[in-house]
Amino acid sequence: MNASTILDGSEASLKNFLRTLPGVDQVGAEARAAMLGTRSIKNASKSYAIDLAISMVDLTTLEGADTPGKVRALCSKGLRPDPTDASVPRVGAICVYNDMVEIGRQHLDSIGGQDLPIAAVSTAFPSGRASMPVKIHDTQDAIAAGATEIDMVIDRGAFLSGHYGTVFDEIKQIKQLCGERAHLKVILETGELVTYDNVRKASFLAMLAGADFIKTSTGKVAPAATAPVVLVMLEAVRDYYAMTGQKIGVKAAGGIRTTKDAIKQLVLVNETAGPEWLHPSLFRIGASALLNDLLMQRMKIRDGRYASPNYVTID
Amino acid sequence: MSNFEYAPAPESRAVVSIDPVYGLFINGKFVPGKTHFPAINPATGEKLSKITQASATDVNKAVAAARGVYSKTWSKMPPAERAKYLYRIARILQERAREFAVLETLDNGKPIRESRDIDIPLVAAHFFYHAGWADKLQYAGFGTQPKAHGVVGAIIPWNFPLLMLAWKVAPALATGNTVVLKPAETTSLTALLFAQVCQQAELPAGVVNIVTGDGKVGAALVNHPDVDKIAFTGSTDVGKIIARSVAHSGKSVTLELGGKGANIVFEDAAIDEAVEGIVNGIFFNQGHVCCAGSRLLVQEGIHDELLEKLKRRMGQIRLGDPLDKNTDIGAINSADQLAKIKALTDVGLREGGESWSPDCVLPDKGFWFAPTIFTGVTQAHRIAREEIFGPVLSVLTFRTPQEAMEKANNTPFGLSAGIWSEKGSRILWASKHLQAGVIWANTFNKFDPTSPFGGYKESGWGREGGRHGLGAYLKGDDHE
Repeated sequence: MNASTILDGSEASLKNFLRTLPGVDQVGAEARAAMLGTRSIKNASKSYAIDLAISMVDLTTLEGADTPGKVRALCSKGLRPDPTDASVPRVGAICVYNDMVEIGRQHLDSIGGQDLPIAAVSTAFPSGRASMPVKIHDTQDAIAAGATEIDMVIDRGAFLSGHYGTVFDEIKQIKQLCGERAHLKVILETGELVTYDNVRKASFLAMLAGADFIKTSTGKVAPAATAPVVLVMLEAVRDYYAMTGQKIGVKAAGGIRTTKDAIKQLVLVNETAGPEWLHPSLFRIGASALLNDLLMQRMKIRDGRYASPNYVTID
Repeated sequence: MSNFEYAPAPESRAVVSIDPVYGLFINGKFVPGKTHFPAINPATGEKLSKITQASATDVNKAVAAARGVYSKTWSKMPPAERAKYLYRIARILQERAREFAVLETLDNGKPIRESRDIDIPLVAAHFFYHAGWADKLQYAGFGTQPKAHGVVGAIIPWNFPLLMLAWKVAPALATGNTVVLKPAETTSLTALLFAQVCQQAELPAGVVNIVTGDGKVGAALVNHPDVDKIAFTGSTDVGKIIARSVAHSGKSVTLELGGKGANIVFEDAAIDEAVEGIVNGIFFNQGHVCCAGSRLLVQEGIHDELLEKLKRRMGQIRLGDPLDKNTDIGAINSADQLAKIKALTDVGLREGGESWSPDCVLPDKGFWFAPTIFTGVTQAHRIAREEIFGPVLSVLTFRTPQEAMEKANNTPFGLSAGIWSEKGSRILWASKHLQAGVIWANTFNKFDPTSPFGGYKESGWGREGGRHGLGAYLKGDDHE
């Protein structure tokens, strides 16, 4: 089964399908996420989880004050997170604004990071408030500059007013632009969707429209990647796989700052979508400060003591 | 490591010290006993300690101590003073929570995640809640001068040893009674540690007495002429014996007995959370729960989808060392109970039920039973009618809401039921038709000291907890 057998192209068929999705009980979903948060990950599992988490980080800078220098430094760091320890894996991708893609790409290519992807946030990130031609141009621009991953935002206004067809068509058009050249991550901005029912609906809508990944948040709105939200999205990709045989990735972004938070996310993945999703091709963590905490925890395990923050690079 | 396995994360045993042998707790002191039986860790078979088998004379002494302090001190004490002791006990229980959790897990076999996050916090909550009632009883709706019974004989089961103690002792003390408590034969250790808490709280000697041993001790307590009230939680069979014994004795009695709870999933339910609720309903505490949702009634239209999701979820259940913080299902409490579970599941197979369990390795030592579901079960099967008291779920189907109600109520028991639906009107409608003392909607096995708990039909008499539960410990209001 695939999208074309579920939908006939009309907004009515999309609405009908989304209406058949079972609801999410808020109390139950939060209780399940909290219970999984009590899993205790120690010793060898912790070392494994830290390296896995590092390889899943989309190392991100999305500031108005970003500079070419900062982006180059971030790229270097993403390729070699700890310059003193070559056993540390590289991150999953570097995530920047559109205009920084080319700078990052050139720098990575020059330091041996040709296959480290650069993700560009797109479609009038973070609000999505622009006309479709602008969104299309935004995406084309990023791909032309060398972005191999596109993190687009959905039109939350359209979604919340029930215009699912509008949201669907936008994702579909951006997916067409991405084609084989870029991986498409669709940002739901769950903090603005508010209910878990909406998160489930938006997840399915994005997957049906062609998303390769569904992503929680822009990082500009709180709450972002809370455990229950990620749980509901992981259930969605699990169920979508059962329905279509197609594996869609999940990216948790926003608010994941510590190793403990990251490991909780991995436990959620492991016990919800399953161990197959524990791979950078199917799970990513969008973060900036997290990487340093992961590195410091890694040093602690290696050296047996906590190092000062001056032993990891600030950017 | 090639995948994300969880390394063992055992809680330390160092926090508890277990004496090699325990006496009885009578009149504020530990009194050595003559004959003993072993306390066994059901997860390993290891002998933890030796427990005293109380004699009829010991029971007499305990009742005399309870009567003495009741007449001289406890009944004359201003209620606010009684409350102080209860608050003090509650605070000590919280301070020593880790110690109690580890000991409960060692003695009972339940996972530390449950003893730490559910049992012990609820125990403290029961004492805090009832402490608050102690000086407000005249406003609880039992008249302006509610009177205590006097001496309460409390007999409790092994599934939630300390929690069941709290369910009896906290309201009994709050309402001004004194207590002689008999813990279950296989789980005496936390009750004996609680005795130390009573000493630490400087509770007047004799207000709480603990006599350990087998059913003979319970019988001596039930038949003791100077006991005014019996509070029992346990099997329906023993409950019936107690009801016969106290008939015409003038004793008042509350019984909290067995169950065969129906967990009813309508096709408009939030499926993922319903699956969680089913798992929590039957596999919580290894299914050693009188209100367990041991019968799953699922609407036919979603049967296959729900079962697929349930099986997948059951594959995630982690069975093993109860002290490991990542364990979901621990050990069966005793060899006897394991034999009962096996006997009934064998009957299930012979009757044509289809059994399924996830792949899980059972430890070599101790008493273990894999989480199991039986499909193809009908109302006529014994596993749909009798309480298994283990991690075994019987799956039945229904087509209409009316049929669900008929099947749910077609049982001699009436303790609990669960309703899973996103439709509020259906939940309200079903809760009117279900004959069960506790009905959960879109959740299961949630307990709170403010909420009355108890059964219909063969599931018992009276209520425990909440304002209603107070009545059971006050004169003239047993069956309120």
